[in-house]
This record gives sequence, C-alpha cells and structure tokens, in this order.
Amino acid sequence: MAEVLVYVDHVDGAVRKPTLELLTLARRIGEPVAVHLGAGVDTAAPVLAEHGAVKVLAADAPEFADYLVAPKVDALQAAYDAVSPAAVLLPSSAEGKEIGARLAVRIGSGIITDAVDVEAGDEGPVATQSVFAASYTTKSRITKGTPVITVKPNSAAPEAAPAAGAVEQLAVTVADASKGTKIVSRTPRESTGRPELTEAAIVVSGGRGVNGAENFPVIEALADSLGAAVGASRAAVDAGWYPHTNQVGQTGKSVSPQLYIAAGISGAIQHRAGMQTSKTIVAINKDAEAPIFDLVDYGVVGDLFDVVPALTDEVKSRKG
Amino acid sequence: MSLRIVVCVKYVPDATGDRHFAEDLTVDRDDVDGLLSELDEYAVEQALQIKEANDGEAEITVLTVGPEDATDALRKALSMGADKAVHVEDDDLHGTDALGTSLVLAKAIEKTGYDVVVCGMASTDGTMGVLPALLAERLGVPQATQLSQVAVADGKVTGRRDGDTASEQLEAALPAVVSVTDQSGEARYPSFKGIMAAKKKPLETLDLDDLDIEADEVGLEGAWTKVESADERPARTKGTIVTDEGEGAKQLAEFLAGQKFI
Repeated sequence: MAEVLVYVDHVDGAVRKPTLELLTLARRIGEPVAVHLGAGVDTAAPVLAEHGAVKVLAADAPEFADYLVAPKVDALQAAYDAVSPAAVLLPSSAEGKEIGARLAVRIGSGIITDAVDVEAGDEGPVATQSVFAASYTTKSRITKGTPVITVKPNSAAPEAAPAAGAVEQLAVTVADASKGTKIVSRTPRESTGRPELTEAAIVVSGGRGVNGAENFPVIEALADSLGAAVGASRAAVDAGWYPHTNQVGQTGKSVSPQLYIAAGISGAIQHRAGMQTSKTIVAINKDAEAPIFDLVDYGVVGDLFDVVPALTDEVKSRKG
Repeated sequence: MSLRIVVCVKYVPDATGDRHFAEDLTVDRDDVDGLLSELDEYAVEQALQIKEANDGEAEITVLTVGPEDATDALRKALSMGADKAVHVEDDDLHGTDALGTSLVLAKAIEKTGYDVVVCGMASTDGTMGVLPALLAERLGVPQATQLSQVAVADGKVTGRRDGDTASEQLEAALPAVVSVTDQSGEARYPSFKGIMAAKKKPLETLDLDDLDIEADEVGLEGAWTKVESADERPARTKGTIVTDEGEGAKQLAEFLAGQKFI
C-alpha cells in the first residue's frame, strides 16, 4: 500500500490533536508515515503509532528552532525523497501551509489548503473545501506531482488504529539558503489553560455586545464551564477588549468546532467567514434582526448579561 | 541606492457580494464587483511606512496578476501613495492557481527588480496564505512572513511573528519576501490629492511573452490543481429562536443537553 507522509505538529513531543486527525485521514489513502521534527520523538512516537503511523521518521537539529520554516522544508523533502509517498498531509496552520507550499514548489506538485475532508479517488486523493464564507463546498484534486494537502482542525475524529510506529532517524542537511530568516527571540504565549482556539471542540465568542474588556470574564466563565476556547469578533478585538490571537473571522482565525456560541455578535460577513462551518451554531443577541440568527441552530434574543451567566450556572449544575 | 519595494496585491470579488462559480468552476467575476483585497491594503501601508522610515529613499511598485479590471486595485494602491504599477494581464492566465500565480509574480518581480517584496497575509477570496512562501521559494530569498510589526533598515528586515504558541522576533537580510497581518497597522485612506496624482503615475502592462512564460504553464489547463465540483451549500434549516423572558438560559441549556454538549 502507498505511503502517506504526515507532518507532525507538536510541542516538545506533545502531539497536537490536528495531527491525530491527519493520521486518521491519511489511512484512507495509504499507510501513514509520520515526520517528527525537533525534540520529543520518544514521547510522540507511541501516540503516533497508536493512531496508525506505520513508521516515524525523526530528525532533530538546532536549525529547526533557530530559523523560520525553510529548514523544516529541507527535512520534509528528505522524508519525501526517502519514502516516495502518494501524498503529503500537513495541518492548516500558518506554518503548516508555508512548509507545504515550499515543498510543493520543490517537488513540482500542486497544493490544496484548508481541506475539511480528504478521501481516496480514482485519480488520487480528493479534498473537500468550504469556500466563499462557507457558501460553497468544493471537491478538488491535484493534477501534477504528489498531492500536498493541508487540513483544517476538526476535519475528522481521531481514531485509534495501532500500528508499528518504529522510529527511524532521518538524515537532514539544512541548506545554507534555508538559514535566511533568523529567529532572534521567542516569547512563549502565556497559557490560559483553555483549549487552543482553532482546535477546540467548543468555542464561545464575544463581540461588540460584550461592551468592554472588563466584561469578557462573563464569556470566559461560560467557556470554562463547557471546557471551551474563547473567541472574539473583530469589533471586540479592534476595540482592544480581547487579544488578536483570539479573533475569529476572515482576517483572524477560522474555526470549525462542534459547537459555536456567539454572544453579542451581530454576524457580519467578516465574522461569518471564520465560523460558518461550525457544526452547531448558537447565538445570544439583544437584536432580533441580527444576521447571525440566520445561521443558528438555536438562538436566544436577549441580553447576554442575563443569559450567559445564567447559562453558565445551568451548565455547572447539570455537570454537577 | 534607493530601496526597491514591490507590493503584490490582488483584485478580489467583494466578500459582501453574492460570490459564486462560473461554468468552468473558476470564480465568476462578472456578477460581483471587484476591489483591492483588504488584507493587501496593510501591505501597501507597510511599504509606505518603510519608505517614510527610509527618508523617502525608496520606490514602491505595486504588482498584480489579474483581468483588465484589476487595474482598479492598482489605482487604489497608487492613490494611497505607491509610485508605479505593473499589471500582468493575459487571456491565457484565466484559471491560474496559486502555484501558477507565484510563477508569474516571481518572474515579474525579477523583471522589475526588488530589495523587498511585501504581501498581505492572505487574499480575502482564496484565503490560502501560501503565496509569500511560494514566492520566497521561487525567488530563493528569505521569507519573513505573518508579521504584525515590520521594519526595514541597514539592508535587513526585522519583524514580529505572532504564532499560536509563541511570538517570535525575526531578522533576514535583503532581498527578502515579507508578509504582514492586519495587526501591522491601519491602512491609510487615499487623499483627494493622492487620487488625482494616481492618474498620472506610470502603469505598465505585461503579458506572458514579456515574462517568458509559456501559456501551458499557467491558466486552467496548466493548473496544478483541479476543482471537480462546486456545490452551493444548502441554506441552513431555520433554527429555533426564543426570546428571553427569564427562561432563555434554561431553554438554551435544554437544547445543549439534547445535543449532548452538556
């Protein structure tokens, strides 16, 4: 069976959930071979094997941390040369897309980004995408070279499928040309203890109706009761009420959780573009005419400062 | 020597319009007005600020690949303050995908000459966000991408890249490809004077011959990807909407419990 390269997104060996989703999708089109770059492969390998990796190609070099993107492209290309895969899958993060793009140029292949599903087709893998603010669903395939596909988080439920997952060292030579962009310093983002926005199964977002940074704890409390990530509309971010890293929308992050709760968000196209593929959508807004209500599975016309805290209490009491 | 800045911009269908696909599954450009991609306005703004920070010792060229109407996007950038424009237009470009576009842009950039290429973080239509990386790879120069803060001085570019898990400070020697986010700084509005001046600024049009690109390397036929189907998403079935009269939270909790979220 053909091998499929899966680029592993991890933090020091802690494999992030989108990679497990990639492994699940990869098994539909071949045998997943995971590519783990950087430290922590001993921690990552059993998790990757548990989710179907027949092999884990590992490389660690200081260049991966010292320079932006390009050294990782060198490494992925080395894995590509070693395996001759039927496809290469990467997570649709900013970095995943950039690595995939550069690899595609090098190997003369097409690239599809932001797939929400991948399946086997007669002429190679077929990727489903959701475009134009989710008003269209397209199916595409790559016609030249080895398909390089980046996949959005929450595109598949990770399934266990134990495989050998033996670790093999991958020899990587980082080209001088790949040391062009130096990472001078790195400041880790302070952990909020909440799930990462793009990966979360539930997202609770606040918008203009939250009416001030001092009121965002109302949104955070509901999020915490549900184990959810916190999002914010562009209006709330532009007003300085919440960090840009939490912005959901066309110019922020695109999310596709199982449940999306929008509180005090009117639902401008900018915002809808970033959340419209959410499976279940709930809105709480004072304005019964707000466009967000056109999208919802359940909407409450009411003051978020009444409804959200009361909902938080309900959730807590039901969860006991 | 004065700094040569090339800003890549895209003419996109207005996202507030009713966007759809044409019969050949390319974007239908006839039914929706086009405009300069909002995220590219940030790139133009940063180019202008780089020029100002270098005491005006820079020349800003805005570059686009697109249909005839795409000159609108170039004019907007010129009216913001860019110095000249290059428009790559050719019938054979219809249906070109990201890889093809990066090939055309790279050739046009090399022809124009550059020290810094500035791009937006993504287009507002395709939203792929891969073009700056594709360009860096094709041009063989460093990429300093997704910057929320950028400066060019002393032959190098420095900037801040805010990622999911960390914020990084980057540094690359010129020439380099830069992309900027919507956090890099609000884009200026063109002044009346700027709009008038833009009409007199040079706008060069190039075709595939000018760039030594064969027709079969680009366009729908030459694309590395193929859209096989595009289906309009069925309208969402009208959800339940209740008005809160004291019971709203309870009703919502019932719904969430019914969906197994609680």
